[in-house]
Amino acid sequence: MSCSSCTNQPVTPEVFGAEGEHPDFPNGSTNPCKLCTPLGACLAFKGIAGAVPLLHGSQGCATYIRRYLISHFREPVDIASTNFSEDTAVFGGRKNLHTALDNVGRQYRPALVGIATTCLSETMGENMPMLLGEYRAEARDLPPEAERPELVHVSTPSFKGTHASGFHAAVRAIVTALAGTESPGATAESRLAIFPGMVSPEDLRHLRDFCAAWGEDAITLVPDYSETLDGPSWADFIRTPPGGTTIDELRALSHAKAALELGHSLATAPITAGTHLKTKFSVPLHRLGLPIGVRANDAFCTALAEATGRELPERIAAERGRLLDSYVDAHKYLAGKKAIVYGEDDLVAGLTVFLAETGVVPVLVASGERNGRLAEAIFTAAPELRNRIEVREGSDFGEIEQRIEELKPDMLIGSSKGYKLARSLGVPLVRCGFPVHDRLGAQRIRLLGYGGTQQLFDRIVNALLEAKQEHSDIGYSYL
Amino acid sequence: MTQPLEILPSRAASIVEAGQAGGSVRCGKVSVAGSVSQRACVFCGSRVVLYPIADALHLVHGPIGCAAYTWDIRGAQSSGPQLFRNSFSTDLQELDVIYGGEQKLERALRELIAKHKPKAAFVYGTCIVGLIGDDVAAVCKRLSAETGIPVLPVASEGFKGTKKDGYKAACEALYKLIGTGDTSEISPLSINLMGDFNIAGESWVIREYFERMGIQVVATITGDGRVDAIRRCHGAKLNLVQCSGSMTHLAKKMHEEHGIPFKRVSFFGIEDMSAALYDVAKFFGGEELMDKARAVVRDEVAKIYPQLRAWRDDLHGKKAAVYVGGAFKAFSLVRALRTLGMRTAVVGTQTGDADDYNTLREMCDPGTIIVDDSNPIELAKFCLEQDVDLFIGGVKERPIAYKLGIGFCDHNHERKECLAGFVGMLNFGREVHASVMSPVWNFVPRRAAKHAITPTAGAPKSKEAVA
Repeated sequence: MSCSSCTNQPVTPEVFGAEGEHPDFPNGSTNPCKLCTPLGACLAFKGIAGAVPLLHGSQGCATYIRRYLISHFREPVDIASTNFSEDTAVFGGRKNLHTALDNVGRQYRPALVGIATTCLSETMGENMPMLLGEYRAEARDLPPEAERPELVHVSTPSFKGTHASGFHAAVRAIVTALAGTESPGATAESRLAIFPGMVSPEDLRHLRDFCAAWGEDAITLVPDYSETLDGPSWADFIRTPPGGTTIDELRALSHAKAALELGHSLATAPITAGTHLKTKFSVPLHRLGLPIGVRANDAFCTALAEATGRELPERIAAERGRLLDSYVDAHKYLAGKKAIVYGEDDLVAGLTVFLAETGVVPVLVASGERNGRLAEAIFTAAPELRNRIEVREGSDFGEIEQRIEELKPDMLIGSSKGYKLARSLGVPLVRCGFPVHDRLGAQRIRLLGYGGTQQLFDRIVNALLEAKQEHSDIGYSYL
Repeated sequence: MTQPLEILPSRAASIVEAGQAGGSVRCGKVSVAGSVSQRACVFCGSRVVLYPIADALHLVHGPIGCAAYTWDIRGAQSSGPQLFRNSFSTDLQELDVIYGGEQKLERALRELIAKHKPKAAFVYGTCIVGLIGDDVAAVCKRLSAETGIPVLPVASEGFKGTKKDGYKAACEALYKLIGTGDTSEISPLSINLMGDFNIAGESWVIREYFERMGIQVVATITGDGRVDAIRRCHGAKLNLVQCSGSMTHLAKKMHEEHGIPFKRVSFFGIEDMSAALYDVAKFFGGEELMDKARAVVRDEVAKIYPQLRAWRDDLHGKKAAVYVGGAFKAFSLVRALRTLGMRTAVVGTQTGDADDYNTLREMCDPGTIIVDDSNPIELAKFCLEQDVDLFIGGVKERPIAYKLGIGFCDHNHERKECLAGFVGMLNFGREVHASVMSPVWNFVPRRAAKHAITPTAGAPKSKEAVA
């Protein structure tokens, strides 16, 4: 595939790695473009007020996941483990689970314990609903304030799906367990619910601001780790950081005025938190892509207009205007530039649909996810890309590396795991997604809304300008 | 604090205070379920030890997590091949779990060995491999015969013990290589450096000291490791074991089978680094060698001492908490902190044994908290009670320190700073000073009151004497 054919002529439609056998890599993974499912579940649980994640498996899973999350968010991330030993693997994890729940209760006084399984407990076939039912039924010798947190279980075998699917599974488990469980006569207000997907704390805060501009001052974000994973310095020790979606908010989701679920790929998933609310409680559901770029944000605004009955606020319209104006200012810098985009399926779909608006060609879109929905999600939202780009599911950096010589990208967009490739190619890496382990401020990377897109857009343009400037012999300071 | 932070009853026996009477520290046990231990697992122990072998293929057999979380995050450097910095996994899927992963493992090994041409391959077993009944050893044997390179299974299923068992599994795999190489042209004055992982080039620093003494370093195990060097390391006359927890098992085996004595040493801090050089000189004997060791120590200490003294003026009387993996590093850090004028007020390890904790009790000042296999709540409690100015630990401990307004020094394998040897002591001093004396503590809420801002408060007295 030559340079010109990428941008001008349609190439053979290429959608790789969908459900089932991976044609090129049946033998495992080289430098993965994914993490394991329990990580995503832990992240989702961190967005619930007073929640502590508990992994049912070996100690290492909790420790590795903690370290990975801490390095990205630079915040305390306490994740408990039921800490299997050889005996546990033989006789089952009942005792460990019950002891762990006691000890988490004693130490953290949690409002909720989010219990995620691991490949070990899943392979053993641990019957989690039964074990948790027994725990709930038994009398516990615990201080009163440590007793009876909500227990939410999610099944996250790491041999199935990725951290992104683990995240969505946990959100669904939380909503399924709690929505509609208010005590009779409770009179919580009817709120707008947003399932934002795996986005940054800054983007979560921005979603609140965005909705406030529409007159929705109080929305329910599930999950909401905007404070728990990007909080201030402490005056004193804090067991579970303040912030997060409260249990009461979760209970009241059954009478939300509408639900917005973000993620192009998630939008075609058969069962989600949003579909649960819709099916069981008739909550109107808007399934949208991540609002990155003009089109996705316009769709987001249309949904908000419908849900709130209000028109596009002036402030937001102005942001939209500025974004479009910058598209024009930069269009020649970007024309025909080739990008490789990698990461979680919803993230890469959102980025790809946006890039297509700017003149950048996302020549290769790669995700470690393997649910068979990614390509269609992209081509539905950005039909002009059909037959023009490669979309690879179940991908890894080994595979991306193999395609690079032919594709000759001008930049990479994704997590810091692409740095090695970007460095070897001498092209810029625009960091976003998870993890960003080699820069400060991963929690504050903005992508969503017209405003977030503006920041991303400026970073992309400037990365290319900088590369051009750096590689020039003359070194103009006026571009 | 709204409620006092209490210790779990099942954890109480793992905590003692130096200078107080009482039984030994409960240690060497599996972590209490739900305690949020800072430990990892068997796999982690094996992966840490073998990771720096640069020209080997490291294939993690299991679902993706274990391989993903250990991909190129450590500071272990190689002077040549970079193969070890990749992450290779069989990425087991649901059907593999049902039907078994042996065939996939075999295909992966065949493909990766053909592609990357490693000198050896390590195959790490993860949690579920034992459960689904894969015969990893048999696959390895087959592939070894087929490819002509050693393909070594590492029995590192996460739940089968603690990190220490992972060290042992790694030593067992390494031992299969040892004794298979040519030992000609090895000097009678020769050593192996064991348990140094060449974080930020530390093995090179240490190697250079010994070479100045005329001592040949046959193999560094495993820092900047090479399969061929490990194969012939039984030709060395002495094993120096630094990270004693991880490598003593291998050193003992080499003593039993190859008659090579070993010495436990540490390369952190002036005292321990000097002692390591003197110990080696003493072992080989002769005044000339001892003079050379003295010369190295004299020259190196002269280079760093003026600066350390300057920092000491600022750091005098400050308190530190230390929580690290192994006890030998903890001993060195207590001494190195003393060199900087600081007192260790809290010290703990993930893998220390009863002897180690007795040593800590003896060497620490009365009142120092000593803890085995601690967790975030305990560590926060001790830091607050002892009002420490510095925490030395790894990435998992960093946010505990920072959130509470405490300085931090990363002394784990992810760090990218050389902290070993004499130059490492200088770097350590610089890092400790930079963190403890930072002006940011004047502003963070927990310490702002104590550090009332005046024009001079918090400003360091010392000036950098050397670059």
